[in-house]
Amino acid sequence: MEKRFAGRSASPGIALGALFPLTIGTGARVASGAAESEAEALRSALRAAGIDLKDLIERSNEDAAAILEFQVALLEDDVLAEPAFSAIVAGGAADHAWLHAMQQEIAGYEASDDEYFRARAADLYDLRDRVLAHLTGSAIEAAVPPGAIVAAVDLAPSRFLGIDWSRGGALVLTAGSTTSHVAMLARSRGIPAVTGLGVDLAELSGQALVDAHRGVLIVNPGPAARAQFDRDAKADAAARALAAAAAIRPGVTADGTPIRIMLNISDPGELADLDPSICDGIGLVRTELLFHDRQGLPSEEQQYAVYRRIAEWAQGRPVTIRTLDAGGDKPIPGFTPTGESNPFLGVRGLRLSLARPDVFRTQLRALARAAMHGDVKIMLPMVTQPRELAVARDLLDAEVAALAAAGIPARRASLGIMIEVPAAAIAADQFDAEFFSIGSNDLTQYVAAAGRDIGAVADLADPTQPAMLRLFRCVVDAARARRIDLSLCGDAAGDPRAIPSLLAAGLRSLSMAPALVGGAKRAVAAVDLRSIAESEPWPA
Amino acid sequence: MPKTNAVHTGSVLLTNDVGLHARPSVKLTQLAKRFGAHIEFALATAGPWVDAKSPVKVMRFKAARGETLHFRASGGDAVEALAAIVALVERGFVIEAEESSQPPQG
Repeated sequence: MEKRFAGRSASPGIALGALFPLTIGTGARVASGAAESEAEALRSALRAAGIDLKDLIERSNEDAAAILEFQVALLEDDVLAEPAFSAIVAGGAADHAWLHAMQQEIAGYEASDDEYFRARAADLYDLRDRVLAHLTGSAIEAAVPPGAIVAAVDLAPSRFLGIDWSRGGALVLTAGSTTSHVAMLARSRGIPAVTGLGVDLAELSGQALVDAHRGVLIVNPGPAARAQFDRDAKADAAARALAAAAAIRPGVTADGTPIRIMLNISDPGELADLDPSICDGIGLVRTELLFHDRQGLPSEEQQYAVYRRIAEWAQGRPVTIRTLDAGGDKPIPGFTPTGESNPFLGVRGLRLSLARPDVFRTQLRALARAAMHGDVKIMLPMVTQPRELAVARDLLDAEVAALAAAGIPARRASLGIMIEVPAAAIAADQFDAEFFSIGSNDLTQYVAAAGRDIGAVADLADPTQPAMLRLFRCVVDAARARRIDLSLCGDAAGDPRAIPSLLAAGLRSLSMAPALVGGAKRAVAAVDLRSIAESEPWPA
Repeated sequence: MPKTNAVHTGSVLLTNDVGLHARPSVKLTQLAKRFGAHIEFALATAGPWVDAKSPVKVMRFKAARGETLHFRASGGDAVEALAAIVALVERGFVIEAEESSQPPQG
């Protein structure tokens, strides 16, 4: 029977396919707090690990199979997980309980005098991690069939990137928000996504139709819904063809004003299939994912390698890399402060970087080194007062000098700021920055005192309301007076409905998710700035 | 059912090179699990005794070559179980196609 669920569109598009529920874990695992469900989570992970092992055994030669059979034997022995289940009953989280129990077991092997038994500890580590991967969900992505409609409660960015989206598909989240990282990645890849369905994941199975334009999921769609889908699919394909054609043309308005179209990216993987000639550069590289997907903070070398890869992809076009913008809606466990009553108003962005200069310096060094491989620019997030910029500049200059003294090739990249705190937008003229970029998502939320991911007030967080356009104009004037570059890199930049207002406010550079470039260029081409009195030309 | 409650015992010298390591432990516990009897295993008659069907527990003993493995079993097929297990250890854990029909040895 057809069932309809309404959520919010986090990435437009439509899809028809089989639902693939990711039932276990949501990346960074959040304990349910209930012993029942924690125990069930562990049981499921143990079962799934057993299935993995048996699959592996079938594909292995005899010797490898024997090793794996030992793991299966341990896994099927209730004794192994007994202490973990006891810990869960006592209130422990499934992953912690399992880790602790395995650590005890492994310690027994490692303490052995017998080399052979000590060596078996490796099998136990393997087993430990295999179960843990299922518990935190990180093993499942590989099993997602291409083109599937992936259903989950929420999804960590790393898990989204682990799924093969090359044959399309869609993402539906029962919780989640339209502003989360995973929503951003879905928009970037052009994968239709609906969030906040507010339904039990267990109801989501079978064939389904996703209409992410309207934010609707239809499970077991009937003939009428399928007919509608066919019509939508034709319209979508036509729009995509037009957008693809527009993407390869330069961004220019009907009156011939060039508009720079830049990309927002979070991971160099997003650039893999992209032709750099569709854009005028990268307006925003978010670096948070680098800090999320690893054990511990990334080293200077790891960061340098990633930044360099992006700089080289751009083939001389500007690449604006934002320093770590952790905190707020982007917490990094073990790094961002916990217990803040309102993280959006707390130690986040540059504030956190200045509080942790060790981490900040490492990033600045990696950026200065990557600047040898392209037109890298460094952008500071959440700047509120000019003195914060001054401190950051001193740190950057010191690191560049230190690299030069050590004979390591590096360059003092230009240093600019995000304009996303109202104080910085209102007094933009006070900032001695080398470029500005308006972060319209956060700026709108702070100005309107309304979160876009809170459905009841989302309409208030409109980036094209008069208050925002006046503020944009104010920043445009400040940038013009300083003769520095200005871009806008929030979601509004890629939204065809917002683009006319942004251009009218004086913006001439827009940075957006790669999938939105074609549509944005079409919207730009439809704007005639001669008919807009307020508008003034802006050097490209 | 007197036979059910009777405890049968057996012991055998561990002669294979690496002791009761992963593969032998798996073979031993798999064999034990084929019997309904309650089967326990120890390295000394005084214990501690553990479930011979648990590879986790059997491995925890880290029994080395030259040690004597003790088994005790109770329940329906206890006698057959002990015979089969002792035979497996004596063969150095080489599984024979007809191992379950081997005559009792020791």
